Amino acid sequence: MAKQDYSLSPKIDQVGILDRVARITARSIKNESKMQGLMMALNMIDLTTLEGADTDEKVKQLCYKAVHLHDSIPNLPTTAAVCVYPNFVKTAVKALKGSNVKVASVATAFPSGHSSREIKLMDTKIAVDNGAHEVDMVISRGKFHSGEYNFVHDEIAAIKEACGKARLKVILETGELGTFDKVRRASDIAMDAGADFIKTSTGKIKPAATLPVTLVMLEAIKDHYYNTGRMVGMKPAGGISNSKLALQYLIMVKETLGGQWLTNEWFRFGASSLANDVLMQIAKQNSGNYQSKDYFSID
Amino acid sequence: MAKKNKKEITLDLSSDWGLAPAPESTSHIKLKKKYDLFIGGKFVKPKSGKYFDTINPATEEVLAQIAEADDKDVDLAVKSARKAYDNVWSKLSGKERGKYIYRIARLIQERAREFSVIESLDGGKTIRESRDIDIPLAAAHFFYHAGWADKLEYAFPNRKPEALGVVGQITPWNFPMLMIAWKIAPALATGNTVVLKPAETTSLTALKLAELFQDAGLPDGVVNIVTGHGTTGSHIVNHPDVNKVAFTGSTGVGKIIMKAIAGTNKKSTMELGGKAANIIMEDAPLDQAVEGVINGIFFNQGHVCCAGSRLYIQESVYPIVMRKLKDRMQALVVGDPMDKNTDIGAINSKKQLDTIKNYIKLGKAEGAEMYQPKCNLPKKGYWVPPTLFTNVAQSSTIAKEEIFGPVLAIQTFRTIDEVINKANNTPYGLSAGVWSDKGSKVFNLTSQMKAGVVWANTYNKFDPTSPFGGYKESGHGREGGMQGLEAYLKFD
Repeated sequence: MAKQDYSLSPKIDQVGILDRVARITARSIKNESKMQGLMMALNMIDLTTLEGADTDEKVKQLCYKAVHLHDSIPNLPTTAAVCVYPNFVKTAVKALKGSNVKVASVATAFPSGHSSREIKLMDTKIAVDNGAHEVDMVISRGKFHSGEYNFVHDEIAAIKEACGKARLKVILETGELGTFDKVRRASDIAMDAGADFIKTSTGKIKPAATLPVTLVMLEAIKDHYYNTGRMVGMKPAGGISNSKLALQYLIMVKETLGGQWLTNEWFRFGASSLANDVLMQIAKQNSGNYQSKDYFSID
Repeated sequence: MAKKNKKEITLDLSSDWGLAPAPESTSHIKLKKKYDLFIGGKFVKPKSGKYFDTINPATEEVLAQIAEADDKDVDLAVKSARKAYDNVWSKLSGKERGKYIYRIARLIQERAREFSVIESLDGGKTIRESRDIDIPLAAAHFFYHAGWADKLEYAFPNRKPEALGVVGQITPWNFPMLMIAWKIAPALATGNTVVLKPAETTSLTALKLAELFQDAGLPDGVVNIVTGHGTTGSHIVNHPDVNKVAFTGSTGVGKIIMKAIAGTNKKSTMELGGKAANIIMEDAPLDQAVEGVINGIFFNQGHVCCAGSRLYIQESVYPIVMRKLKDRMQALVVGDPMDKNTDIGAINSKKQLDTIKNYIKLGKAEGAEMYQPKCNLPKKGYWVPPTLFTNVAQSSTIAKEEIFGPVLAIQTFRTIDEVINKANNTPYGLSAGVWSDKGSKVFNLTSQMKAGVVWANTYNKFDPTSPFGGYKESGHGREGGMQGLEAYLKFD
């Protein structure tokens, strides 16, 4: 089969994308819809810590938080996963044993991706061997910008193979791609190469996830689904720190891809501080009053 | 889960997670039970003694009673406008006129919420649109024209612009407040006085605006508002002391008005019907084009003279565009106009509902295929779900006549020349839309569309600085921009 020419990926009109996003953000989510949406959002969070200052202790605390989000509110879900550097995977797997929370590991010379194929594969393999259920890789943005789409495609495919049963999330780092056309192109490459999820950002570059970029990616997922019958998940990451914004993302998923995608199998938020804001909103819906931030643990 | 068989691939755009009702509050608005005519700065009882009901088309409940002006009332209104012109308005400097118009603009902004709620109650349009589009744009028109009031000499250098005198204005029911702003703001800025008749199904915001004029201290008689049906309008048109008739409405009525004023000195602007072509080329950004098609035809329930009611899709992308269009339509919320999440509200009147239903029946009878997404329509009120017709011929009635409802007639084409011919093959010429990622194609198509307004890669965008108006049977004269000012002036 001839290789796909990714320069022919569908074009995206920026004005149109922004218009559609404006319609979505004008949606008003109230009462039981809000409550249901907030619960869903909590359950879709990849609770993340990706700092030089990470320690085993901090990762353990994060894992405890993932399962016990706020014990004073009954019937809260857990988060979907915790997301850590490869060297903390073992710690996280051990801490989360017996729960449904997955362990996701960044890999492939995260966040820059500047390394050799061998090291990226090894990085992935170590994460998987240590028990990671999910791998968050970065694409080689340099190669992508220089037009070496086949290189990017084949690299993703190789990492996917190294993942084995682990699900692969492919980070496009949209903040470095520059245009919606390129976001669409990178999405198509990643999905064709076998990505289980496409993800906006590492969280290390600004802008990270935005609603317009996410819409472009969701539409790419929709077309991929119609063309191949394969569902691909979506993970906006970075910069989503409040409940209202999280609900707007969910409305976007609902109106673009429908209810099938509204589970943590197909949609995730990569976020570190979102959970507490959602918890505060849930507490407010329950009690009628906002509570002090100090009632919610920072992990 | 993903389905393996390619034929079965569909998106399930329903979800257990719905949108809970989010109604805009109506408790803050004040409506009188009965509205009189606004003549000479006061509300006066109609000489006819007659009133008619104005109803909420979403619930069929009566909102208020509106006075019906007869020929004597109209005569009184024109006399009061003439008096105000002779004694007050024509003697004011442009700068002083501008101050009043700025004040009106600011007051509309202050009361925007009240106006948008009343607009939605009386006309059936969604609160999202009246709140985000109609009322803010109406204020913007007053602001824009306020700025021109003292700069007319600069707008038309060496041409000595002068006001016409008393202008008669007749506005439609689709954008009641906005169309009134389009008419009154330039008339006042150019120094004319006004007798205006709003559409009979949507008089309330006009009458609230009359109250606002009182609050703004606008001199008595500068704007007079006479409510009523078509006969009231004809009294304005035929009044000998009216210097200009500005009309927005159907082409049929436009023709009657033009016949009536033929042989008189009355100037006219006519903003009439349309049957716009919206053209999707195969290289267009398809998801955004689909969004534009949705905006083009379902905006304001399709009660838009410039609605993109004929869709032409290049044949190579026809299946994809249809799929995307149908998916997108499933996410549209139809129902209570006062709910902040509603995308498509109520049809404006029983009469218009019957018209649209007849066209839908006709479309099916002529062999076109109909598609409507599933939607739960309220039991009371006037509703039409968003509707597509495929397998439509250029000669199908639904592709030729203006339906003024949420009904889209879809055809395919192969070559650019073919689509240009088909797009221009209509007695109308108000607007058109073109979708392509290629600049040269966009310029070629837009320059060949015989339409007053042509949008490229967007649709239904309005701004006070941009003139709006039609070719052919879509009317003459422009509203908005400098061209719109000219329509209210005479020159040496």
